[in-house]
Amino acid sequence: MSPGDGLVQLTAKDFKSDQEVRWCPGCGDYAILAGVQSFLPELGVPRENLVFVSGIGCAARFPYYMETYGMHSIHGRAPAIATGLSTSRPDLSVWIVTGDGDALSIGGNHLIHALRRNVNLTILLFNNRIYGLTKGQYSPTSELGKVTKSAPLGSVDQPFNPLSVAIGAEATFVARAIDTDKQGSAEILRAAAAHRGAAFVEILQNCNIYNDGAFDVVRDQKENRLYLRAGEEIRWGDKGVRMRPDGTLEIVDASVGGLLRHDPLRDDPGLAFALARLTFESAGAVPLGVFRSVTRPVYEDMVHEQVRTSIEEKGEGDLQALIRGADTWTIG
Amino acid sequence: MPPAGSLPGVSGFQVHFADHDILTAGDRPDVLVAMNPAALKANLRDVPKGGTVIVDTDAFNDRTLQKAGYPASPLDDGSLADYHLHGVALTSMTVGALKGVEGVTPREAERSKNFFALGLMSWLYHRPTEGTVDFIAKKFAKRPEIVEANTRAFRAGWNYGETSEDFAVSYEVAPAPLASGTYRQITGNTAISYGLIAASRLAGLPLFLGAYPITPASAVLEELASRKDFGVITVQAEDEIAAVGAAVGASFGGALGVTVSAGPGIVLKAETIGLAVALELPLVIVDVQRAGPSTGMPTKPEQADLLMVLFGRNGESPVPVLAASSPSQCFDAAIEAARLALKYRTPVYLLSDAYLANGSEPWLVPDVADLPDISTSFAEPNGDPFEPYRRDRATLARPWAIPGTAGLEHRIGGLEKADVTGAISYDPDNHDLMVRLRAQKVAGIAADIPELEVDDPDGDAELLVIGWGSTYGPIMAGVRRARKQGIPVARAHLHHLNPLPRNTGDVLRRYERVLVPEMNLGQLAMLLRAEFLVDAVSYTKVRGRPLSARELEEAITTMVATA
Repeated sequence: MSPGDGLVQLTAKDFKSDQEVRWCPGCGDYAILAGVQSFLPELGVPRENLVFVSGIGCAARFPYYMETYGMHSIHGRAPAIATGLSTSRPDLSVWIVTGDGDALSIGGNHLIHALRRNVNLTILLFNNRIYGLTKGQYSPTSELGKVTKSAPLGSVDQPFNPLSVAIGAEATFVARAIDTDKQGSAEILRAAAAHRGAAFVEILQNCNIYNDGAFDVVRDQKENRLYLRAGEEIRWGDKGVRMRPDGTLEIVDASVGGLLRHDPLRDDPGLAFALARLTFESAGAVPLGVFRSVTRPVYEDMVHEQVRTSIEEKGEGDLQALIRGADTWTIG
Repeated sequence: MPPAGSLPGVSGFQVHFADHDILTAGDRPDVLVAMNPAALKANLRDVPKGGTVIVDTDAFNDRTLQKAGYPASPLDDGSLADYHLHGVALTSMTVGALKGVEGVTPREAERSKNFFALGLMSWLYHRPTEGTVDFIAKKFAKRPEIVEANTRAFRAGWNYGETSEDFAVSYEVAPAPLASGTYRQITGNTAISYGLIAASRLAGLPLFLGAYPITPASAVLEELASRKDFGVITVQAEDEIAAVGAAVGASFGGALGVTVSAGPGIVLKAETIGLAVALELPLVIVDVQRAGPSTGMPTKPEQADLLMVLFGRNGESPVPVLAASSPSQCFDAAIEAARLALKYRTPVYLLSDAYLANGSEPWLVPDVADLPDISTSFAEPNGDPFEPYRRDRATLARPWAIPGTAGLEHRIGGLEKADVTGAISYDPDNHDLMVRLRAQKVAGIAADIPELEVDDPDGDAELLVIGWGSTYGPIMAGVRRARKQGIPVARAHLHHLNPLPRNTGDVLRRYERVLVPEMNLGQLAMLLRAEFLVDAVSYTKVRGRPLSARELEEAITTMVATA
């Protein structure tokens, strides 16, 4: 539905539930919640057809604040539950809200399988590189050497790059946004929601209590944002990204020319992967935007196509014939 | 698989037929056909003294005897004197009978010896041959030369029995008196699959199965995956946890969500089943039990998951539990599990085991019109604010409001919820109330299930034998044998383990002594003692095999003798 089709146009307020929002004051989650609530009217999906599924963690409280259908489930399992829901009800718009621990540690297996199956889900991963709900242990995205209550001498765990994981798991849509970047986030939400299949969005989110300033270098210092825009040169400020003859990427002065043009539709994931590996430490900027957006058959579509063709070929199942079977004998 | 000819490599097949309704695959065979020394060694102890032993003499040589660990040939050393021993050159006679069949390799010709043996058995017991001949024609339709070979071998075996003077006697088994109607053979796993499809039809809801392959439950996933013409959706999930998670998600969306597994998978699902208890959504969990702990013996039956499914979750987490008692009864049990799940908005466990899963029996095929109506309804908006935890007064079930219904948007989750509104609540009194309400809801199912039936023909028994699950057949057979000796004994079998039938305590207290045979270390006995303060006595065996009628007869006679 779109404005002007005779139905009531919803506003952000219509998506606010009556529950008091209980994140810590100053948490990046507030901005994301407001961003999603103000974007949804534009999506045009009736509230009753929207379902937010979450696991456990600070981010997982999200569904309670949405005036839609929602399930706050168990740690890491949201992709599994959402897969069942979306597969049995492809008419719904199913969203997952998760965190770095929920999605990449305890739920890592479910995440990668939802992505490779290309289930029609929109997955928002709030990455704050810390366990906030349990008060500050290192997470699977915490940097090596990070000192936390559970790693007093520094973490010895190599962190995940969430986008690398997603691309490696055959995701068809991969993007990155920043919690406070209202305009950039809205564009990405729009593209993610429009994508048929599994859309994976990492949102860099500040935990001001247990990991304050984790993303200051790109959240506050906007000059370090590298926005990837389809069809445009990959550049920021006076710098740009070029490919070396051996296929690796290099950061060059934009004036030298020969910069890469961004193409999220490229079927081969290699370049998207290479871009996802650029960090402030390695490149001097953090890439944002849609890294990859390709078309592949959607899980639910294929599942229901098999049901449809089975009924077409065999006719609607006859229960009496089924239980009777082919080999019977009669007594009396 | 271990190599043929070695003791661990022995495979076999047991057939039981009788002039009465059969309850088990039989404990002690009257006839053993041993294709090699290892097969003889592995199975001889099951044959009663005086039984018939037929061996393939072609397969008895120094090498095979040594492989099986025989220092000397048992055919010659008198060690089989207590049996009717028949040495038959099964292999060479089969190969001889197949000379001239074109397109059959010498190795394939040898393999037809099974049918030679079957022909011989058919003669020995006067079994009709047409069924087997038809079976061969159908089974090997793609290779006419194999049809010819197997048919010839089968007839050669029959003719050998008829002609040879080795077999002085043959036996005739009269037909059993059975209820009239149309019958088919069915295994427990197939019956569960059909029961779930039937439940979906009877409820008017799509069937959704989330499953991960595991022995001995995979056949249910495979069967349902091939029934898409019934609208069945199967998701082969990435793991056991995802399998049940997907089923819960589908239930939230208004489907009949089901997951099926065995013990090692069920433990992994426990957290999600706890979630389903809190969400109060319908869910059927099938546990095809196998011998544990851990990986245990994957293909062997055991009944040792009972306490796990009853209590193996964090917090006060009540779940109804049913158990199927025979392969065909799995069909009714699956429908009953779905009925309770839908009516009471609760996860429900259905216990089967490896014995029921793969065992088959004749099934009087029901008329679909006679199956129960298990339809349920979704919540509809009435203009008032929706209260997802306002319960039905009779069942204490909460409304099932599915996404897509405008006006009923709501959030549910694993956090404790306020009574009626379903909002998050840590209020102490509310938690106490909700814990009790969930327990009452499940306990209240006792009013909605049949009373426990007692089989006590003359009403004079002092001993009650009570069991659950797949021990139904062995217990019934054991009780019959005891009664033939003139011992009065009563028998009852539980199909509902939680809640127990409402008259269970009365039944138990009516008898002086209570015997509880189980394939575990006394799990039901523990429950009955705890719940009803009766001195129930356990009889337990955990050999990865069904209990035998003979041992149960002994347990009964011993118990009566020591009264």
